[in-house]
Amino acid sequence: MGGYTAQEIYSIVVMQSFSGVSLLCIYVLMGLGLYIIFGQMGVINMAHAEFLVLGSYTMCLFSKFITESVPALENIYVFLAIPLSFGIAFGVGYLVEWFLISRLYKRPLDTLLATWGLSLIMQQCFRTFIGAREMSADLPEWLLGSWSVNDSIDIPISGLILLVLTIFLTGGLVLYTTKTRMGLRMRATTQNRQMTGALGINTKMTDRVSFGIACGISGIAGAFFTTMASTSPSAGTNYIVDSFLVLVVGGLGSLFGLFISGAFLALLSSILEFFMTGSIAKVWLYLVIFVVLMKFTKGLFSDKVRS
Amino acid sequence: MKTTNRKRTPWGQSLKALLLPTLMAGSLTAAEYPTAEVNTTGLAVTDDTVTVGQLHSITGTMAISETGSVEAERLAIEQINAMGGVLGRQIKIVQEDGASDWPTFAEKSKKLIIQDKVACVFGCWTSASRKAVLPIFEKENNMLYYPTFYEGLEASKNVVYTGQEATQQIIWGLDWAYENLGARTFYLIGSDYIWPRTSNKIARNHIERYLAKKDPKCKVVGEEYYPLGHTNFRSLINKVKLKKPDLIYSIVVGGSNVAWYKQLKAAGITSKKYNLLTISTTEDELLGIGGENAEGFYACMKYFQSQENPNNQAFVAAFKEKWGADSVIGDVTQAAYLGPWIWKAAVEKAGSFDIDKIHAAHPDIELPEAPEGYVRVHESNQHLWSRAKIGKIMTDGQFEVIAISEDLIEPDPFPEGYQ
Repeated sequence: MGGYTAQEIYSIVVMQSFSGVSLLCIYVLMGLGLYIIFGQMGVINMAHAEFLVLGSYTMCLFSKFITESVPALENIYVFLAIPLSFGIAFGVGYLVEWFLISRLYKRPLDTLLATWGLSLIMQQCFRTFIGAREMSADLPEWLLGSWSVNDSIDIPISGLILLVLTIFLTGGLVLYTTKTRMGLRMRATTQNRQMTGALGINTKMTDRVSFGIACGISGIAGAFFTTMASTSPSAGTNYIVDSFLVLVVGGLGSLFGLFISGAFLALLSSILEFFMTGSIAKVWLYLVIFVVLMKFTKGLFSDKVRS
Repeated sequence: MKTTNRKRTPWGQSLKALLLPTLMAGSLTAAEYPTAEVNTTGLAVTDDTVTVGQLHSITGTMAISETGSVEAERLAIEQINAMGGVLGRQIKIVQEDGASDWPTFAEKSKKLIIQDKVACVFGCWTSASRKAVLPIFEKENNMLYYPTFYEGLEASKNVVYTGQEATQQIIWGLDWAYENLGARTFYLIGSDYIWPRTSNKIARNHIERYLAKKDPKCKVVGEEYYPLGHTNFRSLINKVKLKKPDLIYSIVVGGSNVAWYKQLKAAGITSKKYNLLTISTTEDELLGIGGENAEGFYACMKYFQSQENPNNQAFVAAFKEKWGADSVIGDVTQAAYLGPWIWKAAVEKAGSFDIDKIHAAHPDIELPEAPEGYVRVHESNQHLWSRAKIGKIMTDGQFEVIAISEDLIEPDPFPEGYQ
């Protein structure tokens, strides 16, 4: 790196590392909901990204409502929007499981087709009822700026909040699946549905709640993505590939694997994008993933307990 | 670059000056132009109507962008009809949906031309859709009025290009940045497809061959492309911070735009410390980006909604009245509005709807008081002479027009030494 001072290189390394961490958080947030639905419940949910977009729209519309009706809350409404997007996505997910997915557990390939259809329906609903144009949430000024550590280092505020949110959500999910009754029921149901049913657990209800929670988490992720990307009816297409990628590379059944694969992909693409130009970096990223999946066909951390 | 001062008309003349001659032409009755004489090739022209086609994407990903063009063309046609139509004939529209799918565009254009026998077509938006319909327009000999600014390298006798080709948007804008922002080092960024790549090629060439002659310090310090729909620009932004260019030259399109500006702001790249000039961000995109995220950056276009001349104010008012007070009008929407007016002028000049005759009539047709200001059809290539403008992004998502090219800029779709 000729011609740059040590200070400049130091600053760039710091900022680029932070970019990598932000990317890791994004990958994890995209993957969390899918981890429950695909990794635990075994449903290939092609409409996963639309639940992210549903969260984004909730955020946008809520921000519009707040700025027009309750301007006093302008600075803090983001914290209200997060439970709201969870609630709405949870509700839609709950209904979708009830009326669609629950009928398809024994037909995984049909699920693929049905959820793909669902994703098209949801996209068209966004287009028809909310509008085809891109939307933007009116975010409070403090969330958009950066924290200037010194002259050359700027750390995005949204990145810091992203980090906190990711830790919070992942921690919550770990606690939920290991420490709560509902979480245990969910794991029991996905491991052996018949036996769990025989023990007197309402597996149908468990499925519905699990699916809803997964969608709700995606909704929160989507709400937060409005701080850094666009909201349009087809925005989901930008997320769906990465969501599946991070989960598959990590190994389906493992939350730890999701984290490691997120870190792996984030590190790899941060390095590649820094030393190459954008499109070429993407090509190399996919090539590396291809090789990794040839070697570890079940992902980096596959669930070894399952037969 | 050649420019001209010929027939420059100052803005601010009354609307009457524009409308009077057109009203008189409109008052000509169809009887003075018998159908057998004005239509010798079997187009859909009757004694009191003429049918034209409209071919844009109403559905699919491009619908967001193309809707403005559909609305502008409809407004123009409605206004022309209110003035008495073309050669005393009311214009009827057959609208087809290209559905954001290029083979569908080709199929629908065939339907419009062969089955409906339309007198001309207003349509297409992306270069890909134009390329898909081009062979059909050339084979069947019909006329397409195409509104989008595009990469150039094309001049069909069956297409009238009412938007800018690449050199009209790029060269003057770079010169302006060189003079006014003191730009010497440039970082070129684009989405990864033909238009941004060709445009940046022209920009690089201009910087390295012309600007570098004026000041040897001028150079391109980076050139990068990201896939359409890309939403993570953090690594790129860090590279930009390392290279510290005087000017970030951005041709990022579509949904990526939003991510790009929001992340720039989050990383501390704002107009306080950096200059950014774009040729891909209009009022339409700013709706999604939010003006506050791009405030103070510059765009080079030929039209901004905020232009203060009476014709533009009348146009904006009419547009909002017809399509809703929330409508925004970007560069391409205005260019689409010009299409029907140019066609009307060509038909009246030729005294005929025949494609060959209106092709012959196109050169030198003037719209003295188009919303963007005076424009004229080029002598040979069916593009428009027009003035480039620099707009500065404001928090409300509109532009403040801060510079206008003194001369009309010649459309030059095949620039020498730029390929």
